[in-house]
Amino acid sequence: MSSTMLMIILGLAIVTYIPRMIPLVFFKSEKIPASVQGVLKNVPFAILGALIFPGVLTISDNIMFGIVGAGAAFLAAYLGANLIIVVMVSVSVLSTYAYFFS
Amino acid sequence: MQAISVTKSESGFTDGLKAGISIAIGYMPVALTFGLLARTTGLTLYEAVLMSVLVFAGAAQYITLSLLAIGTGAFEIIFTIFIVNIRHLLMSASINEKVMDDSPWKKAIYAFGITDETFTVSATKQGELTTGYMYGLCLISYSSWVAFTGGGYIVGASLPSVIQQGMSVALYAMFIGLLIPSAKKSRKVLFLAGVAALLNSLFTWAHFSTGWAIVLATLLSSILVEWIVGMKSNE
Repeated sequence: MSSTMLMIILGLAIVTYIPRMIPLVFFKSEKIPASVQGVLKNVPFAILGALIFPGVLTISDNIMFGIVGAGAAFLAAYLGANLIIVVMVSVSVLSTYAYFFS
Repeated sequence: MQAISVTKSESGFTDGLKAGISIAIGYMPVALTFGLLARTTGLTLYEAVLMSVLVFAGAAQYITLSLLAIGTGAFEIIFTIFIVNIRHLLMSASINEKVMDDSPWKKAIYAFGITDETFTVSATKQGELTTGYMYGLCLISYSSWVAFTGGGYIVGASLPSVIQQGMSVALYAMFIGLLIPSAKKSRKVLFLAGVAALLNSLFTWAHFSTGWAIVLATLLSSILVEWIVGMKSNE
């Protein structure tokens, strides 16, 4: 293994770990103002929106792939399917679509 | 009492493992492709696997490969990835509001496992998160990531094209599956996700880097909604 590559990997490990660790280890929930706590509690649902769009539309050069896959997942989830089933349904539908249209 | 608390933490661990199955499945195509790309970029097997073992961050690792491919210097790569990872700060602070109190050492260990996926799965779960749950969730996700990185490199091929294309939606399907049940019940959730999705699309279109676009969209939406809720309760 080249020493430059090892140095890059170690550097990446550090800059990736530090932001993950600092709040969990050093932030004290009771010392954080209520308004900031409120914002932090909103983060999971906001980030879900940002993680889905526009990324899902770019999984293939053909925008229809993202629409078909996301549509299948949406339908399965809306009908109350369990998380793993949602993933399986979406992957199966899109694989079938890819088989016929790519 | 000792026996009871042990059983409880074990079941938390098992719950975490189960909750992580979707993530482990979703990581499979992404990690296989990473292994394959690492090989074509010129990394050795050990370098590729070591990166997944020590870094465990999909976006960061993919961006690193593309920077290495165009001959970017070490410092610039590390700095770019630091920016990409700013959102981990936000996720770690948010999940800290939801996990049970525990020793800093135990929290420092599972903090390594915070990714977009482990965060969204744990943060949308009802109730307080036990340390055991976080260990289980992160462990199964991490194992999948590392194993399939090596697998992709060694086999030197990804899944059959049709399955590969189908599986490219897996993690997005998981995010959708996490969002919809809560969005059905709460207009606030729908609004939070909708505003963030819109802002992120706008920022992406305006060529913000991925790291900043997601952080800004998430923060602005979270603050805006908190502000509106605050205004309503003051009336």
